Amino acid sequence: MNGASSSEDGPTNLMKESKKPKYTKFTQQELPACKPLLTPGWVMATFMVVGIIFIPIGAVTLLASNSVVEVVHRYDMECLPSTLATKADRVSYIQNSAVDHSCNVTLTIPKRMKPPVYVYYELTNFYQNHRRYVKSRNDQQLRGDEVSSLDSCKPLDKVGNQTIVPCGLIAWSLFNDTYSFTTASGGILVEKTGIAWKSDVQSKFGSDVKPLFFPNNDRNGSLGVIGGAALDPNKPLRDAEDLIVWMRTAALPNFRKLWGRINQQLEANQTVTVGISNVYNTYTFKGSKKLVLSTTSWLGGKNSFLGIAYLTVGLICMFLALVFFLIHLKNPRPLGDTSYLSWNRKNASNNSRG
Amino acid sequence: MKRLVHINDRGGHRDSQNHCSNKISNTKYNIFNFIPKNLWEQFSRFMNKYFLLIATLQLWPLITPVSPVSTWGPLLAIFAVSATKEAWDDYGRYCSDKEFNEKLVWVVKNGVKTRIQAQEIEVGDLVWLLENDEIPCDMVLLGTAEPLGLCYIETAAMDGETDLKTRVIPGPCHGLTSAQLLNIKGMIECPEPDKDILRFDARVRLFPPFPGDELSPLGVKNTLLQCCYLRNTEWACGVAVYTGNETKIGMSKGIAEPKLTAADAMLDKLTTALFICQIVVVMILGLAGNVWNNYEKDKTWYLRFPKKSEWYDFIVIPLRFELLCSIMIPISVKVSLDLAKSVYSKYIDWDIQMYDAVTDTPAKAANTAISEDLGQIEYILTDKTGTLTENMMIFKRCCINGVYYGNFNGDALTDQHLMHSVTEKVSAVVKFVMVMTINNTVVPNMSRENGRLTYKAQSQDEEALVQAAAQLGMVLFSKKGSVVEVNFLGHTMEFEILQVLEFTSDRKRMSVVVRDHSTGGLYLLTKGADETVFRRVRAGEPVQQVADAIDQYSQLGLRTLCFAWRDLDEQEYVAWTAKFNEASAALTDRELKIAEVSELLEKDLELLGASAIEDKLQDGVPETIASLRKAGINFWLLTGDKQTTAIQVARACNFIMAEPEGQLLKIEGSTPSDVADSIEGVLQTFCINNSENKNIAFVIDGLSLEIALKYHKEAFAKLALLIRTALCCRVTPSQKAELVGLVKSCDYRTLAIGDGGNDVKMIQEAHVGVGISGREGLQASRAADYSFGKFKFLKRLILVHGRYSYNRSAFLAQYSIYKSLVICFVQILFSFISGVSGTSLFNSFSLMAYNVAYTSIPVMVTSLLDKDLSERTVMQHPEILYFAQAGRLINPSTFAGWFLRSIFHAIVIFVVTIRVYAHEKCELVEMSMVALSGCIWIQAFLVLIETNSFTVYQHLAVSGNVVIFYILNLILSFGKHSGMYRIMFRVCADPCYWFSLLLMVVAGVGPLSAIKFYRATYRPNAINTLQLMERQHPMPVSVEAIGSSSSSFKSASRSSSSHGSVFEPLLAETSNPKTPPDRYISKDKTRPVTSAVLLSSPNSRTLP
Repeated sequence: MNGASSSEDGPTNLMKESKKPKYTKFTQQELPACKPLLTPGWVMATFMVVGIIFIPIGAVTLLASNSVVEVVHRYDMECLPSTLATKADRVSYIQNSAVDHSCNVTLTIPKRMKPPVYVYYELTNFYQNHRRYVKSRNDQQLRGDEVSSLDSCKPLDKVGNQTIVPCGLIAWSLFNDTYSFTTASGGILVEKTGIAWKSDVQSKFGSDVKPLFFPNNDRNGSLGVIGGAALDPNKPLRDAEDLIVWMRTAALPNFRKLWGRINQQLEANQTVTVGISNVYNTYTFKGSKKLVLSTTSWLGGKNSFLGIAYLTVGLICMFLALVFFLIHLKNPRPLGDTSYLSWNRKNASNNSRG
Repeated sequence: MKRLVHINDRGGHRDSQNHCSNKISNTKYNIFNFIPKNLWEQFSRFMNKYFLLIATLQLWPLITPVSPVSTWGPLLAIFAVSATKEAWDDYGRYCSDKEFNEKLVWVVKNGVKTRIQAQEIEVGDLVWLLENDEIPCDMVLLGTAEPLGLCYIETAAMDGETDLKTRVIPGPCHGLTSAQLLNIKGMIECPEPDKDILRFDARVRLFPPFPGDELSPLGVKNTLLQCCYLRNTEWACGVAVYTGNETKIGMSKGIAEPKLTAADAMLDKLTTALFICQIVVVMILGLAGNVWNNYEKDKTWYLRFPKKSEWYDFIVIPLRFELLCSIMIPISVKVSLDLAKSVYSKYIDWDIQMYDAVTDTPAKAANTAISEDLGQIEYILTDKTGTLTENMMIFKRCCINGVYYGNFNGDALTDQHLMHSVTEKVSAVVKFVMVMTINNTVVPNMSRENGRLTYKAQSQDEEALVQAAAQLGMVLFSKKGSVVEVNFLGHTMEFEILQVLEFTSDRKRMSVVVRDHSTGGLYLLTKGADETVFRRVRAGEPVQQVADAIDQYSQLGLRTLCFAWRDLDEQEYVAWTAKFNEASAALTDRELKIAEVSELLEKDLELLGASAIEDKLQDGVPETIASLRKAGINFWLLTGDKQTTAIQVARACNFIMAEPEGQLLKIEGSTPSDVADSIEGVLQTFCINNSENKNIAFVIDGLSLEIALKYHKEAFAKLALLIRTALCCRVTPSQKAELVGLVKSCDYRTLAIGDGGNDVKMIQEAHVGVGISGREGLQASRAADYSFGKFKFLKRLILVHGRYSYNRSAFLAQYSIYKSLVICFVQILFSFISGVSGTSLFNSFSLMAYNVAYTSIPVMVTSLLDKDLSERTVMQHPEILYFAQAGRLINPSTFAGWFLRSIFHAIVIFVVTIRVYAHEKCELVEMSMVALSGCIWIQAFLVLIETNSFTVYQHLAVSGNVVIFYILNLILSFGKHSGMYRIMFRVCADPCYWFSLLLMVVAGVGPLSAIKFYRATYRPNAINTLQLMERQHPMPVSVEAIGSSSSSFKSASRSSSSHGSVFEPLLAETSNPKTPPDRYISKDKTRPVTSAVLLSSPNSRTLP
């Protein structure tokens, strides 16, 4: 024993306590654990069960989707005078407020539509999710709170020194085609309230916030360029439900937004005449406008994706289960045979060689 | 430049010189520079620079997709954590410095000894040291309590050598009393501070009235260096020449480079690849975005693009995407890896099975960052003495005058014949015992308190000899200068040691010339290696007899020494002394000249006999080596011992095998050409024998090794890699380190294990250094990354801890990147339907919480607790380590797998989301929550299918994590002012949401589990097979178990080969070369020279 180590060991030897680590299951890495393994039986059963669960779900969702009656009618080209051959002509037509933009469209109801029947407009190739667009709003202003900065609304934050309310691109580009529905038996009442999310109406848009210096309100364009719909300067934003719906920006470039609700049953083969004021400009960007009448199911509107996807995945799962079963039959494999270990094979081949 | 030191002259000539104070400082920072310096250091890392860049870019509102907080928050947290850790470490260093600096020492001031703090010592001060004091600065010894001006110091802290070294006072100071010393005046001329601890070329001159008014030379022999300890000397005094950080040890201090593990290096590479991938994606998206803008600018009136474009417009979109994609390289990877690794090292500390009850040492992981490297070890370089053996030298047998003692009962000390011969004072036996007692450098130490006699020895062998002699009745009890007092059967005998002919590795013997004070006889006592002693015995001595004995002893693995004696003639001695003194004073080739002169005296020896000392193997050594061998680890034994002993020990612990299973090839030679021939010859033999399934090893001694490393490094390296077992004998500490470096340079992961100060260099050089806290002190374990009490724990350290750490950190690292990639790819896919404008689908909070709160816990818990195979199975099938060794679990191809998975999952999530949430449902905030939920569910299920063993905590973590996600988002949905108001309620109330999630999970995880199952069952790798085996035989009694527990490797190998023939592969397809049974990725290391041969070598398990 040399001096250094004895002086090191000295104080530790005095301690009566042993330095032996304490035993706990955690510190010794001995926590009880179950080790699920992908054995053929389990895997086949699991895939089978998944298939058995998925196929009914697919069927049910597909049924739900098919129970929805939907009428989709594209009207943007139909509602143009046939003389407008070029894009430039169409654009100048739609931007000319002096011309009459009204147009009539006839829809045939394919199946009985039970109320409520929802009226949607559908826009395509319209990028509400563009970065410039999504941010171009000010929630504080809409709510009626103190506004800290209007930077996000640029370039539509101010006219001269006057703050625009509601500011930003989203509000400014509000959709403004309107529809009126008539049948042979008379007009159909379209309910325009209760179309926005309740939470938005109640807490995101102020009851005392009224449009101010809103460019679209000045049809002469003295406040700036006209975008979309005008807003009633005397109506608080909370009541402008079209705006509230519009300001829930869509995630996809093709989207539908709720325009109104018909609380009246539409019978099969009934014809509905829609008077459209076709004023919203989708012609510059090759977008389209559609009018959609749709009922709903417990899953929402017509969308067969879930049903088809569930059926497909379910079938694939069952197919896989079958394939694994056949492989297993044809090629049974003793599991956990150590002879499959590469080193044991190595030994075996060495032996056979020697 | 010379430094002039005025001895003991405070306030005199001192002012003109500006030497630093004796305040040592190892701290990196002080209070003022901590923040800037620490920030600077942190930013010198690539990852941190990258994150800072991202965070800075986010401050530009034009391009940031989300609030800057999402990056700044985690970044600052990480900085704070590592800064705190640094500060804590530095505070520790500050405290130990402070302790050293404020230690009180005696310093002579104006002729009076006063006690001052060590940091107040100035150059030129006369420092008074007492026994066992730590030396506070570099000093020149001026006086000691010993009459001959000697003192002993222990230099362990400096060079790791634990024996006591003697230091002498310079010539002019001889004979000065302590009173005179208090007033000594003089001057020392010494070089400017340097870090060479073996050189001190200085001169001293004392001023009158002191003698020696001439410059006399000083050397290392005259110095007391900082950090050494004064031993066995009542007091010593010296003059401070270098102080503070200018001392030899202060100059050579350096902060050890942090070790980088192979997995870390691989992760860095992968991160770089990811970074490049990110840049490419960003460029493409940026370009696409600009093109989109150009086309759509005038058409999309509702976006109101400005008419006038700014000069920086073209760069805005790429930068936006850079920020959007910055999550690809998550900050969290490093953090969670560090955290996990520190727990892995804690597992080592906590491991009861690595606790050595005998010495009360638990295993200790000093380095918390490299545990996964343990699983990738390919070469183990091990010391012998104290590492494989117990290092408890016990004198077991001897052969005196042709009589064997201890052969019957295996212990000479209890052999009645020997005891009898001693008491009978049989001349040869007494001489033999006298050589044992006197011819050594052992220092007896009589404790003042209890009168117990202890010995301090340079070598354990000498101590064993002295102890044995004491038991036989000849007790060495005092050594005062050159006078040795021995108690022989109750009589005190006094010997004066006139000359010591020191042991050198060339001479391989040590002799002393002594005069017996009672009889006046003059003797030469010699002990040494057989071959050198035999050459110097006088004619007619029974050399053959002793040679036989030695042969017999080394066959038993005992360490042997030969003892010889010569009665000297006065005149011859006097004549010889003159020559010897001349040689000792020689300025050139002193050692050689002394050796030559020594030989003149060491001749015509009377051969007394041979001793055999046993150094017992530690228990479990052969089994440990055998299993680690099976795990594909190559062993090199590096020892200072002689070749025959080394070979014997190597045989005893399965290191090498005797013919016919093994073959030992020798490399020897004393000239470069000899060594070259020898290497060539061995290579040829190896190539011839290679086809036979033999375990070939080579053995080389220190001298040949030196030549080989100097002149034939390439050939030797080639040889060293072909023949994977090596025995290097008589190697020095620096040669050990050099060998580690050699293996390292061939791109192998090395582990060095040792117990003594001489192993420190090698331990520090290796990728992983392991210290045995053994009898040779704690230097090795202090320098090591891991330390424990017994060699056999190495098996558990590597096979269990190393392997688990590697598997787990490989999983953790890749999984962390995978989950970030998933969310990143969803963002990228979304950008294609949002006009390539860089809109973020997810809000800032989600992005920040995704890596921190939503996804980190399950993978973390799993990577702490998961075990693919039980410890028992791993210990039984050590071969499975190969997966970790070859880096099969984290490499470009596994990473590509994770990368593809993330793309696949992103596509599943994205497609399901946009198709289900189409038309009237496609509200942005809602859809982002659906996609985010998809990411979280899929990654949770992926953790489940990647987990091998579930504990209750993993279940809690996975389900708890999903619960946390919903709770957090439901809470956010309460906030009226948050963008999330009511969203989560709406989403969760919609059955479509739950159907989508179920669809995503099944479509995302189903195919992966099908593939996993197919591979595990029909293309199983070894891990799969063992997992299944474990399941089928929960308590397996396999042939391997019997094999590995049997003590002899021979029987183990036989049993394994016999069962190999029993277990023939059942299916023909597995031997079809077109379908390799294990889809291993061959190791992507380039070994052009060796790979071809390695493939066909018997030990190699690389598959064709």
